[in-house]
Amino acid sequence: MSSRESILAAIKGLKLEEKPLPDIPDFEIADDLLAAFTNSLNANKGTVATKEEVEKLIEETTFLKIYSASPAFEQYSNCQIPKHPADFADLDLAIIEGQFASAENAAIWLDESNLDLRALPFITAHLVIVIKKENILGNMHQAYTRIGLTNSGFGIFIAGPSKTADIEQSLVVGAHGAMSLRVVIL
Amino acid sequence: MSHPENATVFLKDKARAKWHDETLWIVREKRDATIHQIPEWEKLRELASQIKDHTLSKLDFYLEELEKNASANGIKVHWAENAEEHNQIVASILKEKNCKAIVKSKSILTEECHLNPYLEERGIEVVDTDLGERIIQFLKQPPSHIVMPAIHLKKSDISDIFHEKLHTEKGNVDPVYLTHAARLHLREKFLQAKVAITGVNFAVAETGEFVVCTNEGNADMGVHLADTHIACMGIEKLIPRRKDLGVFLRLLARSATGQSITNYNSHFRSPSPGKELHLILVNNGRTKQLGREKFRNSLKCIRCGACMNTCPIYRRSGGFSYGSTVPGPIGSILSPGIDLKKYSTLPFASTLCGSCSDVCPVKINIHEQLYEWRQEITKAQGSSLKGLSMKLANGIFKSPLAYRLSGKMMRASLKSLPDSIIYNPLNAWGKGRNLPDLPEESFKAWYKKNRS
Repeated sequence: MSSRESILAAIKGLKLEEKPLPDIPDFEIADDLLAAFTNSLNANKGTVATKEEVEKLIEETTFLKIYSASPAFEQYSNCQIPKHPADFADLDLAIIEGQFASAENAAIWLDESNLDLRALPFITAHLVIVIKKENILGNMHQAYTRIGLTNSGFGIFIAGPSKTADIEQSLVVGAHGAMSLRVVIL
Repeated sequence: MSHPENATVFLKDKARAKWHDETLWIVREKRDATIHQIPEWEKLRELASQIKDHTLSKLDFYLEELEKNASANGIKVHWAENAEEHNQIVASILKEKNCKAIVKSKSILTEECHLNPYLEERGIEVVDTDLGERIIQFLKQPPSHIVMPAIHLKKSDISDIFHEKLHTEKGNVDPVYLTHAARLHLREKFLQAKVAITGVNFAVAETGEFVVCTNEGNADMGVHLADTHIACMGIEKLIPRRKDLGVFLRLLARSATGQSITNYNSHFRSPSPGKELHLILVNNGRTKQLGREKFRNSLKCIRCGACMNTCPIYRRSGGFSYGSTVPGPIGSILSPGIDLKKYSTLPFASTLCGSCSDVCPVKINIHEQLYEWRQEITKAQGSSLKGLSMKLANGIFKSPLAYRLSGKMMRASLKSLPDSIIYNPLNAWGKGRNLPDLPEESFKAWYKKNRS
């Protein structure tokens, strides 16, 4: 008997009585979604920035390699998606578009249609995500309703920059992935 | 070694033990602060508990659903009856890829299966990429907590080991400096790795996808740069529907660290073109636990670690004192199911205060199961020293004369008992405790004198 068969047989052999699967009800959401989103993002060590602030940042800092998957910042993009993701190890800034966000925790949903390359939001030194104000939802239940059963090979909720508190519980931003996250709300 | 013996070792460094206790309590307080912002918190716990109960009651059906849908997505699904088979599957994939070095993000399952030593014996370099896990890997230690693997270490310990392994400045204990040194070191590993291993937080039967949550982004750095991704999961990590993730992602990070969510929550559904994605479903005793009615719902656990942070025993004895892969209250009800003899002291490492059950996001009745395990263990072990003293007490309480005499004797002898007997290592109650002042007479004698 294969392990597959033996595991399934062991479970079937228990003849467990089926327990009910509950429906998930609607829950109340914040009145001011933008304010709630901003608070949550700050708690996750990300920041809300205006388009002008990001443009200023690009112009004033020495970001050599910039990739934008967002039409709003297209003119700053100066490289192509490489054949191997490791060739983006020196990427200074990635700008991508998020589909929608949940205000309760600042989790922003993106899938392959937004990413161009799965490694993009992780391998870049700094990350900017652009979302539309009307796409800020209340909570995760609303976010999953919005996702529905859409099919993408990879999808992700990003809620902040890469961070860790593994050294004596001291919070440090920039563990492996993006060292900063700015969210532009259009 | 038993839990009390291990705890004694931990408690030798009093200052560090106190720090450990306080640090974990801060995490518990952070959890409380966040959940109070969610009016429906209790409802979410109830939903999560019901969803898991339902899944466990139809686990065979959902496993087959997961396999069918994941396979249709292009994921290669493997089944492993035990740890050995799990390790063999991983090793055979690595052999096929001719891979000699892997990066791995946090997976308690691979700890449970002792995957690292298995691969290292076969000449494969394993790099744990979670910062806490990398630190303890350098020190050749297991994790002492399932969410905060290096919580038992001070920054000076980490500075010392980084100085030795990564050539950081001697004595520099700045967490930012040390974290960035690790970032540079691990980036090199990420860029070279051909195969990446991750655990699984949730697998969704309906869509054949699985979700991995991290704050560091280390799981994603690994898998998106590698050509092959191997994900390892216990068969209890299943949930039926994608929308159930909404419930669990709201509960997980808030319970674990008091954050509203982890910063990266990745949903893997199919491999990138030209790449491979493997999913290993591991039993390793889980179907046995499913068959134990009293202990079945321990399989609802989502590994948040909240029960550890709140537990007065865990906080004051450290994760290593349990000697099991999963420590703390939840570990103390899971481990005896794997090896009753080896883990026989764990269900006693509890005050039965019930705080673990109160904070559990999936409402596992942990403290009740601890009590149930105690009874199983006592049955399996036969009469104990404690059983003998209970029998003796039974005799004394039955006879008024014996009761009076023994009371007199105790009052007389305890006064003259040398400290060396009271504070003898054999007397566990003498550790960290003092005897109360003895009354001159019994309550009965006092009553006779004053009230009659």
